[in-house]
Formats: sequence, structure tokens, C-alpha cells
Amino acid sequence: MSELEETKGSQNGDQIVMPHKGGRTWIVVAALVIAVGVILAAVLSGGLLSSGHRKDSVALTGAGATFPMPLILKWADEYYNKTDNTVKINYGGGGSGAGITQIKDKHVDFAGSDAPLSATDSSTYGLVHIPETLGAVVVAYNEPGLQTLRLDGPTLAGIFMRNITTWNDPAIAGLNPSITLPSDQITTIVRSDSSGTTFVFSGYLTVVSNEFATLYGQGKSVSWHDAIGANGNPGVTQTIKTTQHSIGYIELAYAIANNVPFAQLKNHDGNFVNASLETTSAAASSATLPAGDGDWSHVNILNAPGASAYPIASFTYVLIYKELYNDQSKMNKTAAKALVDFLWWVVHQEGQSYAPDLYYAQLPSSVTAINEATLNSITYNGQTLR
Amino acid sequence: MEAHRHIPPIEKYGKNLGGTGRFGKAAIMASSKGSRLRGKPLRFGGDRIFEYTVMGVATLTLALVWLLVVRMVFDAQLSIERFGFGFLIGGDWDPNRDVYGALPFIFGTLMTTGIAVLIGVPLSIGIATYLSELAPPWLKGPLSFVVELLAAVPSVIYGLWAMYALRPVMVDTVEPFFQSVLGWTPLFQGDPVGLDKFTAGIILAIMIIPTIASVSKEAMMAVPDSQREAALSIGATRYETTRIAVLTYARSGIFGACILGLGRAVGETMAVTMTIGNANRVSWSLLDPGQTMASLIANNWGEAQGLQLSALIEIGLVLFVIALLVNAFARIMVGRFMSRVPATGGGL
Repeated sequence: MSELEETKGSQNGDQIVMPHKGGRTWIVVAALVIAVGVILAAVLSGGLLSSGHRKDSVALTGAGATFPMPLILKWADEYYNKTDNTVKINYGGGGSGAGITQIKDKHVDFAGSDAPLSATDSSTYGLVHIPETLGAVVVAYNEPGLQTLRLDGPTLAGIFMRNITTWNDPAIAGLNPSITLPSDQITTIVRSDSSGTTFVFSGYLTVVSNEFATLYGQGKSVSWHDAIGANGNPGVTQTIKTTQHSIGYIELAYAIANNVPFAQLKNHDGNFVNASLETTSAAASSATLPAGDGDWSHVNILNAPGASAYPIASFTYVLIYKELYNDQSKMNKTAAKALVDFLWWVVHQEGQSYAPDLYYAQLPSSVTAINEATLNSITYNGQTLR
Repeated sequence: MEAHRHIPPIEKYGKNLGGTGRFGKAAIMASSKGSRLRGKPLRFGGDRIFEYTVMGVATLTLALVWLLVVRMVFDAQLSIERFGFGFLIGGDWDPNRDVYGALPFIFGTLMTTGIAVLIGVPLSIGIATYLSELAPPWLKGPLSFVVELLAAVPSVIYGLWAMYALRPVMVDTVEPFFQSVLGWTPLFQGDPVGLDKFTAGIILAIMIIPTIASVSKEAMMAVPDSQREAALSIGATRYETTRIAVLTYARSGIFGACILGLGRAVGETMAVTMTIGNANRVSWSLLDPGQTMASLIANNWGEAQGLQLSALIEIGLVLFVIALLVNAFARIMVGRFMSRVPATGGGL
């Protein structure tokens, strides 16, 4: 080992000059500095240039629920054309929870949410609810040879609580007397991610089954017993389509678009109703709703009365501030006026006419009337905008 | 064995100084520490700038890990205070009642990773052995390229493939077969649905194979030909040469490759979410759906608030700790293994 020490010692001697081409380093550093400078300059000038847009144009930003996102984007597009390219609306999605957080922090001008705010939240923050469209959740299934299926609330709850585990269970057979049901095991398919769809579906089961209400309860995610979870509406739809003897819940739009059969449900009036845009709208027409700035936390149109009302329907809301003037968002009066005008357009015939093409149900006139009152009460620095 | 490869100069240096492999290795290490090219006093400003720059980059990774842990502990505080150690053994995950426990997900992660490693490691080492020792040159290039290409396929693609192509095979053939042979064990109870821990484990195995195989292959190719020549010269067969000279010599590289693969399996999210069935419960049967920690976080992140969010972050923390433990455990195992087998020098 002493050999090594010696070698080391001699290497550390001063006479050895490290071969380097140091001069180049400065060139590299200088090049880097210049490159960074150029990029910064580009970014800054880009920012300055892009801010030089037309004086009268307005950009509004929203975020939140993904369920109404396709419709909101369609509205934004049409409204941009309609206003001669002056009102630009961006909607970022991200989920109801994220939307509510962002509007509370005043990072967005409006939020989308599938669930209403709690009473304390809407009064503390001064937010109003504007239901802009309706959705329905259907019970889709995959059982070869089964063309139609009729279910009622308690039976559906029994299936998802795994009290009913075979297709020819007496409870199902009793509702479908004309059909010979197979004896296969039922596989239940649920959402693995937390979602408004689960919130609405578990809400319905909570309304129709006391056992479900005590054991599981309503929520964006539910600890289902013995079910297969799949991610998102597309995931559940796909899993149902590829899993024999399965049953699950998805948004109406996905069932129609993917041609998945879904069950007729027994509604509040005792009729078996097929989910459609009309029966979904019918569920909302009998609802008694509070004023826009009131407490919406108990509003639901689940198992709503009405001969043709589909029982698993739900509003989805736009949330905005009742007083649009505030220090943080720096929204000017033009923008505030544009936001109210846009929402006015959305909840009326012209905006609503875009809904059916995208499988969203239109608002009944009773709901539009409430939205009109809400929008008329929106103020900017104390002044009404309409 | 193909023609003589060029013996790297450092090997020559080691041999001149040493003699036996063990001493030679020590010499190489000592000499490389005292090398004239490393750690010299810096005389030129540019070198200093360069040194501080790379030092900054290197320490940043350390700072990043540290910040990650601090931030996670901070954000998980709510859940840590509420559940304490009970979080680790709690079997419920119920956002409606604000009760959270990590056990089903720890269990699911370990089980799928176990399947992946059990299937993936032997196959990968086989692939690496063929590519490095046996494959003819015209096949070696394309094959290596394809294996490395597979490592770059995004996990969502593997997930989609698993859902559409692998799952039907699992449901119709693989799972019924295992059920008929091993149906008496608790591991294969229940109906084959194809969205379960078994399918997830297999897709994970497929995903870690390219990583382990390509890194192991590099480690085996780095074994000097002198090792192979020595084994051949004492009359070893091709198999024995590979086992004694190549695999033993390259074992630390191969082990490193396995750790890389293990890391990918523990943390894999997308492909697992798509195939595991996402059921929050503990079940020994591979044919039952389950859930892993990474997949749970991905599933619930978007809408989680308050205590649930905190519990999800604690799951992240647990995942981090488990990854550390698995790594440490593997290192200890290999340490034992290495002290049993006489060192042949180099490669470590």
C-alpha cells in the first residue's frame, strides 16, 4: 500500500499542470447569459404585445365541474362569435371541489359545481347559485340476452349493497314478470375516482333506501362493498361493456353515445321511466327552489314527483359572487356586465338550444325564471348590471 | 467467445499493482481516488463556476427529497394527529364518515409488486443473458433496441393494452387455468373477472422487464472478457461461464437494475388503476380487485378536501417510506448474498 501513497503524493505535486482550455468556459457562460437575456426579453415583449388587444374586449375565466364542461365550452365558443369576438370565456374544468376552492380564493370569475354549496359557504362568501343545465345518471348493464330491465329504488340499493347478488333474485324477477332472468352473479361497477356522478347516484340510493343511508350515505366517493372501480365515466362505460353480467352507473350522455342498454326506473309516481332529456327536464319542473342567494344545500330533484319525471336527475350550477366588485379579482364593470349578460344568454332559449345536441337537458321555464331574478340582483359596486 | 475485446487501461493498471483480483480492486479504487484528474486544486475561475454549478445541481436533488418529506409531513398533519399509527392498520377508507386507513393499499401495493418482481426478474435476466452472451450480432442490435424502446412506452398505453388485449386472455384462459390448478389455495378464490391484482401484477411485470433487462444487459456487457476467458480456460461450459464469470461479476449491476424495476412497480399508477379493479379492501385472492397507494391517490386527488386530502398525502408519505424500506431490505439481502459468495473482483 505504501507504493500507492507515494504515487498519490507525487500526483499532488505542484509541477503537474492540469491540461485545460479554460478560455472556452467564459464563452459558454457568456452564451448562456445572452440566451437567458434573449428568452426573458422575448417573454416580456410577448406579454406587452398580447396585452395590446382591443379596448372593449373582455376575458372571463371559470373552472370547476367537468360534467358540464363540453356544454360550457360550446357556449363560450358561440358567445364569442355572437359578441363579435369581444367576450372570451375560458373554462378550465378541474372538478367541482377545485372550482369552489378557486372561486373562494377569487382566482376565477365563475365556478362550475355539481353539488350545491353548504349554507354557511354561500352566505359567508356571498356566492349565488345559477343552475345552468341538468344531468341524469342511468343504470347501465351488460347481461347477454337482456334487452329491457325494470328496477326500482330499493332493488337498486340492494344490488349495490350486495344484498341482491344474482340476476334472477326474486326482487328483480318481481319487477320484470315477463322476462326469464339468468341465474348469473351480478358484478357491480362503480366510479373509483371521486365524482359528482357518484354524489348524485348515492344521493338517490340514500333517498330511496334507509339501509343505504345508514350504511353508506351520500358522497362523491362511497366505500362500496365488493365492487369493481373504474376511472371516469368513460372507464365505467368501457368496463360495463366488456364485463358480462355487470351493472353500473354512468351519465346519460355516455350511455347514449356508447349504445349501452340502461334500466327503466320506477319513479316517485310509480311509473317506469326511461332516462331521456325530456324525462330529466320533467324532474326539474316540479322542484321548489330557493332564491339564487338563498340556501341551496338541500336542493335536490332526486326521486322528484311528476308522471314522467326520471328519478336520478340533478342540477349543475354556475357559482358567481352576488357583488362582483372586489379588491382581489380586479374585475372591472365591463367584465362584470359581460359575465351577467353571458349567463343571461346561457339560461335562456338561445343558450339552452345548444344543450340537446350534447345530451344535456334543457332547463324548465320555472328554473329560468329563478335564474332571471338571480341575475337581476347581481351588482357591481352596489349598482345592478341589468 | 468472439474476438478479444480491448482491455481497458484501468484494468491493466490494477493488475500491475495487484495480482489477485481482490487486491487489484482495492488498488484501482485507491488509485482512482488519488487520480490526477479528480479533486485537483482549481486554478481557473471557469472551473470554479463549473464546480459550483454541478455541486448546486447535485445538492438540489438532496434538497428536493428533503423538501418533499417536510412538505408531506406538514400537509399530512391533520390525518397523522387524528389516526396516529392506527392509520397503517386501518382497513376502512370511507370519505362519507371521514375514516381513513392505509392497510388495503399497502397490501395491494406489496402484492402487485411481488407478482411483478416474481415474474419480471427471472425473465429480464434471461433476456439480458441472451442479449449479452449468446445473441448473434445481427440480432443483438435490433433486439436491444426494441427492449429499450419498450421501456419508453407510456404507462397509459400499457394500461389500454392490458384492458383490451390482456384482460380477455386472463379471463378466458390464464385465470381459469390457475384456478383449476391452485384453486385450493387462498390466492385463487372467486370468479375470474380480469380486473384484479393478478392482471395488475402481470402488466407491471411486463412494464418492468424492459428496464431490468436493458440495464442488466449493460452490466453484463461491461464484464471484461478476461473473466470469460479465465472461466473457459478451466474447462467451464458456456452455461457455467455465464453463471460463474458473468452473472457473479455483474451482480451488483443486475441488482441495481432490479431496484429500478421495483421502483417503477411500486410507484406505477395509470396502468394499475386501469387493471386492478380499484376496490378498497384487503383480500388474499389474486382474483379479487384491489387498490394500490399510487392508484388511490390518482383516483381521489381531484375532489379531496380537508381530512381526506390530508389522509391522501399521508398515503404518499407511507408510499415514500415503503419504497425506502423495500430498497433498504433489498440492499441488506444482497449484502448478505455477496458476503457468502467469494468476491471475484470488479463490477462492484
